[in-house]
Amino acid sequence: MSGTTTITTTVSQYNHYQAKVAHNRATSEPAWIRWSLILIALAFLALFLFVPLVAVFYQALSKGVETYVTALSDPDAISAIWLTLIAAGISLPLNLVFGVSAAWAITKFNFKGKSFLITLIDLPFAVSPVIAGLIYVLIFGLQGWFGQWLSDNEYRVIFAIPGIVLATIFVTFPFIARELIPLMQAQGKDEEEAALVLGATGWQMFWHVTIPNIKWGLLYGVILSNARAMGEFGAVSVVSGHIRGMTNTMPLHVEILYNEYNYAAAFAVASLLALLALVTLALKSFVEWKTAHSIDTEIPE
Amino acid sequence: MAKQKNVLPGFNLSLGYALLYLSLIVLIPLSAAFIKTTELSLADFWTTVTAPRVMASYRLTFGASLIAALINAVFGLLIAWVLTRYTFPGRRIIDALVDLPFALPTAVAGIALTAVYAGNGWIGSHLEPLGIKVAFTPLGVMVALTFIGLPFVVRTVQPVLEDLSADTEEAAASLGATRWQTFTRIIFPGIWPALLTGFALAFARAIGEYGSVIFIAGNMPMVSEITPLIIITKLEQYDYAGATAVAVVMLVISFLLLFAINGLQWWSNRYLGSQR
Repeated sequence: MSGTTTITTTVSQYNHYQAKVAHNRATSEPAWIRWSLILIALAFLALFLFVPLVAVFYQALSKGVETYVTALSDPDAISAIWLTLIAAGISLPLNLVFGVSAAWAITKFNFKGKSFLITLIDLPFAVSPVIAGLIYVLIFGLQGWFGQWLSDNEYRVIFAIPGIVLATIFVTFPFIARELIPLMQAQGKDEEEAALVLGATGWQMFWHVTIPNIKWGLLYGVILSNARAMGEFGAVSVVSGHIRGMTNTMPLHVEILYNEYNYAAAFAVASLLALLALVTLALKSFVEWKTAHSIDTEIPE
Repeated sequence: MAKQKNVLPGFNLSLGYALLYLSLIVLIPLSAAFIKTTELSLADFWTTVTAPRVMASYRLTFGASLIAALINAVFGLLIAWVLTRYTFPGRRIIDALVDLPFALPTAVAGIALTAVYAGNGWIGSHLEPLGIKVAFTPLGVMVALTFIGLPFVVRTVQPVLEDLSADTEEAAASLGATRWQTFTRIIFPGIWPALLTGFALAFARAIGEYGSVIFIAGNMPMVSEITPLIIITKLEQYDYAGATAVAVVMLVISFLLLFAINGLQWWSNRYLGSQR
């Protein structure tokens, strides 16, 4: 094919073609180096990511489909699934409201200590999950600040659902704010100001201008924090007390089954969480593609 | 600055709410850890955080985290390079799967890695005859920490590699540089601030990691016991002050790392800006 095209092309096209070949040779590696690098990268990823991922599903189904279904329909497993959904369902909206209001204040206004505030929002990412659990034990545990008062009034936070929710909120705290701050910074405030000039109220401007502008970034942050909320282990482990059927989330249920040498059941519950991870990655890629696409279509305007 | 007129509403409400929520969820609970340690005298604090078993856990946690972050720096750079520069079948799917350690719950990663790297596992059974034991040894800790840190390096280096202009590479080639010279003198100087940032992020994450490690580590005191596990063990023995003392040591180190990373990112952005 290249033979016929070079014969029929004009000189300028021919030169262009030549330049392209030269460009490729100058800024790329010989094929054997390219393929060896690709193979090394794939081998590394296989050893650390792909083989363990496949192993989860293999182990889950190793004792047959019946064992798999039994493990998942066990009442303790179902209550763990419910608790995981509850913890994520409460912590996500709370962090969403925080993320939007923090991003609004930080990106649309100037004030002193802004970059310090951004660092403080990042704090939970720097803290070990175990310590995240520990600090709530220090406050709400029996020997903690409010421990006496809570037990006098028969409220339970630690070794109960509120503690699990608090720990989940802590570990997913920065996700949405972090996603929104660079996005809203880049968007500026022209559109919101235009809406106000045209007579919109503050809330109208927020719902009709701000939210549509940030919806994909918001969704992206929600997807990531949901994965973390449902999968959190260390922080939740410290505050949960591991009461079967009561304060066990899915990851904690996996641990209990695993420590009882009930591997097939442990991997069965783990496979649900692995599926959740794969769905998360697929959704994430979709949102990334969608935002890249919407930027592409906006350029010609 | 204060005189600048801003017509947008909601500043007091949004900042006020953000600060209140931040204080209630993060700042006050974290300060509880520091206040709790004041119950200990300085001498008690020191003996707790320098006890031989605790010292052994620091060596393991920081040593394994450092090695894992170094492995991730090398292979993360390679993976980022392969994903941005070359085309091969399945590239997009592999690109998406690099984030698996972010999305997969750590407990699941822990039992999966243990199953694969145990003596009877798919990979472990091939390493055992060679005299390499991975699961239930410090090597296992390193494997788990490498797993959870991998995306940090890839995702910080990848965008910088994508943005690197081809002009300088072409100029280097036209002036007679070999491909290796172009890489070490032109490409690497452009990406190394990002590489360093990714390394620091992976390291910081590895230090605090708990879920993926405890299954594969074997958790033998003095040998394969990580610092977060020490905190848990002390908590289970109702030694709240001791657990908090060790936690405070880790918190201070994590905070220092966080500030170092923020500084690195700021410097890296400025450095790249001046390069363009």
